[in-house]
Amino acid sequence: MTGTTSRVLLRIWAYLVVAFLFFPIAIVVLYAFNSSNVQAWPLPGFSTQWFTVAWHDNQVRDALWLSVKAGLISTAIALVLGSLASFGVHKFKFFGRETISFLVVLPLALPGIITGVALNSAFSFAGVGLSLMTIIIGHATFCVVVVYNNVLARLRRVSGSLVEASMDLGARPWQTFRLVTMPSLTTALVSGALLAFALSFDEIIVTTFTAGAQNTLPLWIFGAIRLGQQLPEVNAVVLVVLVVTILPVAISTRLTGREGIQ
Amino acid sequence: MTQTADDVTAGVASDATAAVRITGLHKSFGAVRAVDGVDLTIEKGEFFTMLGPSGSGKTTLLRIIGGFESVDRGTVEIFGVDMTRTPPYDRDVNTVFQNYALFPHMTVQDNVEYGLRVKRVPKKKRADTAADALAMVGLTAMGGRKPDQLSGGQRQRVALARAIVNRPKVLLLDEPLGALDLKLRQGMQLELKRIQREAGITFIYVTHDQEEALTMSDRIAVFHKGQIEQAGTPVEIYEQPSTEYVAGFIGVSNMLDHAGLTYAVRPERIRMVTDPASEPPDAVCVPAVVREVIYLGVNTRYTVGLASGQAVVVIRPNGGAADNVIPAGTDVTICWWPTTSHSIGPSGQMSTPKN
Repeated sequence: MTGTTSRVLLRIWAYLVVAFLFFPIAIVVLYAFNSSNVQAWPLPGFSTQWFTVAWHDNQVRDALWLSVKAGLISTAIALVLGSLASFGVHKFKFFGRETISFLVVLPLALPGIITGVALNSAFSFAGVGLSLMTIIIGHATFCVVVVYNNVLARLRRVSGSLVEASMDLGARPWQTFRLVTMPSLTTALVSGALLAFALSFDEIIVTTFTAGAQNTLPLWIFGAIRLGQQLPEVNAVVLVVLVVTILPVAISTRLTGREGIQ
Repeated sequence: MTQTADDVTAGVASDATAAVRITGLHKSFGAVRAVDGVDLTIEKGEFFTMLGPSGSGKTTLLRIIGGFESVDRGTVEIFGVDMTRTPPYDRDVNTVFQNYALFPHMTVQDNVEYGLRVKRVPKKKRADTAADALAMVGLTAMGGRKPDQLSGGQRQRVALARAIVNRPKVLLLDEPLGALDLKLRQGMQLELKRIQREAGITFIYVTHDQEEALTMSDRIAVFHKGQIEQAGTPVEIYEQPSTEYVAGFIGVSNMLDHAGLTYAVRPERIRMVTDPASEPPDAVCVPAVVREVIYLGVNTRYTVGLASGQAVVVIRPNGGAADNVIPAGTDVTICWWPTTSHSIGPSGQMSTPKN
């Protein structure tokens, strides 16, 4: 077999894999613009009516607002806790440091169902009613990890010699932090925050166990699909979730990618 | 720079005071004794080189002088003031780092201004001072660029400008030319000497390149296993190495025994002749066989074997005709002069020449 043939075959294979991954998404996107409320081929026509319907649906509005609040607040918590944890682990050598590093990262690797059930039991044990606050705590467990990982990776790559150079030139520790450490962390913090928000915005498993009676957007979608009603509206909402999640991830990738060139 | 009380005290004592005085210094990393009992005095205005292979302790000592490493025992005085436990930002010392460590998010101008900025020098003044420093290293037009838009040689100059703009009393340079190619390196060697003369700053220079050390230094300390084997002028180090290690590390030396003493004899100090009778009477002459001939243009390098089996390196200038080169296999006589050679001690074990 010649090199050209194998290259062509490989390329076809790659396209097939991409198609396999993105075909379902493409279907949802198409259905979102379906003019009929019956999902059948061929689509009878193009329409944006389901976006209007969804926008005026109070349930959807409430769910969207709840998701945005949960995403923003858990991202804010993650920024503070995640970066503090990474400073601590990076700067100080203490007994159990590796263990702490491992434990901080664990929630991201742990199946969501375990985190969810564990949190649910813990809240009922402590007599805490499920609310926005419990959703936020649940989301924060994995949002912290994203920020922590991003900042720690940057600290490990940047700091050493630059911090020494700054001290050498007469900067006190606070000046060094403000003028050298922080500016080199900005993109890591921004990309960490975007990823954290994206994770929170489409999270469903942990949310199921921590949300009580309220619906986040993914919970509303899940409920609507199970009931089998409002399907066209669901497709429109899914498309919104898709955009809101993909954009931050794409921006975050660009940010960290550009830094990587240096 | 304004004079503080410290400067005044140091200034009074300065004529009698060394730039850096290191006493009984020890530093270990785990089981490794990086610096193992160093005493050293570096005079004001000196170009002082710490020379040695990697792992010999020279970089650790430089980092101790800069304040980046703590010490286990001993003291570091800078201009008469004990600075052993002073953090880097309170030492009147600046460093040119091996990897330059330029701040990637700042322009060249901001990098050079950094030391003045953190000391709260007014904006106008620090811009002017930084411009002077950039002019000194020949980078006047580059102020607006970011470090990643510069070549290796230009980054090296920015690192230098960023350090000297603060007018430190002592400048530490950690293999600053290591990453540059040969031609650029030689140019920068001359330039560093010029800048050191113009700025009148004490330079402490770390390198593993013996040629660079001989070219640039007022004095050299040769490091070996965390200790100083010998400190002296380039001529002393080259002509009168105090140990076999120094003789071997700086260029090539032949260890020759005569009358109970071992002499370190440089290859260019040995005559290779076919007629021993013509040599002066105080010469020590022994028969040898040419084993290897390497033609080097200006001169030719021979490895000859003695009857004892010892190999000796001899260098002869290619002054005359082309048939001046003696082919391998020729029986010759090599002659050298104990009276003008340097003895490193009583003869003991047989040694082979080192590169």
